Amino acid sequence: MTTTVEQRSTTAQGAPNVLLKLWRNKETRSVIIQIVTIALLFAFFAYIINNAVLNLQALGKTFSFDFLKEPASYDINQALIEYTSRSSHARAMLVGILNTALVAVCGIVTATVVGFLLGVIRLSSNWLAARLVYVFIEFTRNVPVLLHILLIHGIIVHFLPLPKQAINVADALFLSNRGVYAPRPEFLDGFVYTTVAFVVAVIGAVLFRRWAKKVQEATGKIYPVFSICLGVVVVLPLVVFLLSGSPLTWEMPKMGRFNLQGGVVMLPEFLALWLALSLYTSAFISEIVRSGIMAISKGQWEAAGALGIRRNRTLQLVIIPQALRVIIPPLASQYLNLTKNSSLAIAIGYMDIVATIGGITLMQTGKEMETMIIVLLIYLSFSLVISAFMNWYNKRIALVER
Amino acid sequence: MANSHNPDMTPGLTNAYDPGEHPDWPAPSSVKGPVHWIKTNLFGSVTNTLLTLLAIYLLYKIIPALVQWFFVDAAYTGASRKECEAQAGGACWAFIGSRLQLFIYGFYPEVQRLRVNLSVVLLAAALVPILFDQVPQRGKWLIYSALYPFIAAWLLVGGIGGLEYVPTDKFGGLMLNVVIGVTGIAFSLPIGICLALGRQSHLPILRIVCVAFIEFIRGVPLITLLFVAAVMLSYFVPPGTNFDLLVRMLIMVTLFASGYMAEVIRGGLQAIPKGQYEAADSMGLKYWQSMRLIVLPQALKISIPGIVNTFIALYKDTTLVIVIGRLDILGIGRSSLADSKWQGLSTEVYVFVAVFFFISCFLMSRYSLYLEKKLHTGH
Repeated sequence: MTTTVEQRSTTAQGAPNVLLKLWRNKETRSVIIQIVTIALLFAFFAYIINNAVLNLQALGKTFSFDFLKEPASYDINQALIEYTSRSSHARAMLVGILNTALVAVCGIVTATVVGFLLGVIRLSSNWLAARLVYVFIEFTRNVPVLLHILLIHGIIVHFLPLPKQAINVADALFLSNRGVYAPRPEFLDGFVYTTVAFVVAVIGAVLFRRWAKKVQEATGKIYPVFSICLGVVVVLPLVVFLLSGSPLTWEMPKMGRFNLQGGVVMLPEFLALWLALSLYTSAFISEIVRSGIMAISKGQWEAAGALGIRRNRTLQLVIIPQALRVIIPPLASQYLNLTKNSSLAIAIGYMDIVATIGGITLMQTGKEMETMIIVLLIYLSFSLVISAFMNWYNKRIALVER
Repeated sequence: MANSHNPDMTPGLTNAYDPGEHPDWPAPSSVKGPVHWIKTNLFGSVTNTLLTLLAIYLLYKIIPALVQWFFVDAAYTGASRKECEAQAGGACWAFIGSRLQLFIYGFYPEVQRLRVNLSVVLLAAALVPILFDQVPQRGKWLIYSALYPFIAAWLLVGGIGGLEYVPTDKFGGLMLNVVIGVTGIAFSLPIGICLALGRQSHLPILRIVCVAFIEFIRGVPLITLLFVAAVMLSYFVPPGTNFDLLVRMLIMVTLFASGYMAEVIRGGLQAIPKGQYEAADSMGLKYWQSMRLIVLPQALKISIPGIVNTFIALYKDTTLVIVIGRLDILGIGRSSLADSKWQGLSTEVYVFVAVFFFISCFLMSRYSLYLEKKLHTGH
């Protein structure tokens, strides 16, 4: 009697019971969750792709990247490679990528230098200087970066004089509201020898440094590595440069009739973006540097002192290597932020990727999907390259645990 | 040196007092007091002295000029730039004053602005139980806080229950910043927690999906996501559906912030010792129970500074809506510059907006410091 009842109940609720059993088993449950996740994800992508296809059909558009070969027919005011309005959209995109890279690299270098400087002053025992830097940092990082860019751009455009009355710094630099004009280096034929000498000197310095380290580890003898390396890297190219007859001239900017002529022009857009990004990021970097140095306990200084190591060697051998470990990961994300913030260029008309391919090309061709995908992919690859490099560097200096 | 000492301090006279009756002399000025402080902190070494002199020179150059421009030479009344300049050569605050309503409410219909004010009051009420944990009936109050975004959305947009409908393209000014900021903050925290848990999960597929999403979001600038919201997102909805631009923007800003939030919370989760997870398991707690009762309270506590930093970054990023043509407080300021009566006053506008952002972000970061101290239960 009881068996039939049991049998009946299992047949009646058979399916749910099996599912419940599967659900209560840890392994099968995780498989079920993952299958459901994949199914939902596929359904979602199928749904939006289907919608996109339908929408494109309704608008009579096609999905293709052929437009990249067509002439762009717009001008770009700052191009690092040759570009005319008859060049293709792909070329315009390349110009945009180079402009983004230019401002990102310049910004990263300046922000790092200024940030380290501010961080060190903030830690100094000088009360007044530390307070002053603190106020500057708090003000800089609590204001949106877009506002920095617009403010600096506004100051350059409104407060610097017209090119005719440009501020003249030693007849070499001219500051005007159309940009800063600087001398342009012109390399003559013989300059290649200097370049070769420089490369040789750098390689030699690196090899010497390795050798000196080996010697020190084996015998304890310390060479003045830094000054010797610096001497080699500076003196060797300089001697070759002078021997080959100084093959370098500078093209100076000159006052023309209406405008300044010659030299290198840094446009107000580039200047504003560069300065604003550097200032904004340096405020964050200085806090990172400060916390990195403060993370090293005082005992490390005292231990090095007890071993009789001099102060600058302590800094070089004990403090900085440890502080870098704390500093590098957040520094990497600041570099990434700076690169991504450079996309704000569009607010002041600096022709970066977003402004070229994601702006004018998009408007001209009406290829929203394709251009946006290109822009997103370019930024993703920028980010991946920077984080890969910083990860490699971080691994190199990471604590070797024994 | 010896001359400056009190004669009572000379060795022969020290016994003139009974034990315990010896009067307290102040320490000599060379080891304590303002003179000593100035000597060590400002003129300790050559570099220090140079730094101090440089700082004093900078202050001397900057402070008087700023005060002059901000207050002394500033014009507070006037109907145009010319009238301002006729009064004084400094800042023309009359410009900001004449457009204050626009800066705050944007293009929200004037007769309906009471609704904006009401939602701000309700926001303050919703923040109380979140910011302070000693209020009575905190649990019930928190339910109201969780419901607040929806109440505010109804209040501001209207259209249901007798409230007049206000299209979202009328939103602007400070109001738009606050709407985007509060929405982003309110929704990015729960989404970020889910993403962080997903990234830490044992299920490979779930983990890959979360990692891919987080890395994608963190790899691209917010501007491009806003562009996607403006031009591309409408392709992904069924043909014929219209999808409000503000909602699209809010979705993108929220997803963007939640990517960063997830990484902050992951840091907190990784800092929790493994023993805590194992202890929860050995108590027989299920996954969600152990997360809710054991792991997350500790992880969130550690991540508070990072969470508040993400909030501040999100709040500052609300100014970026300007690139897709929405006018927030910065956008309103910028577009007012086109008015021929007030042309060329960009510095005033940007300084006004900068001061506003500085005050609000600085207060947020101070609150986070206070919270950090209060929750610090370690040693």
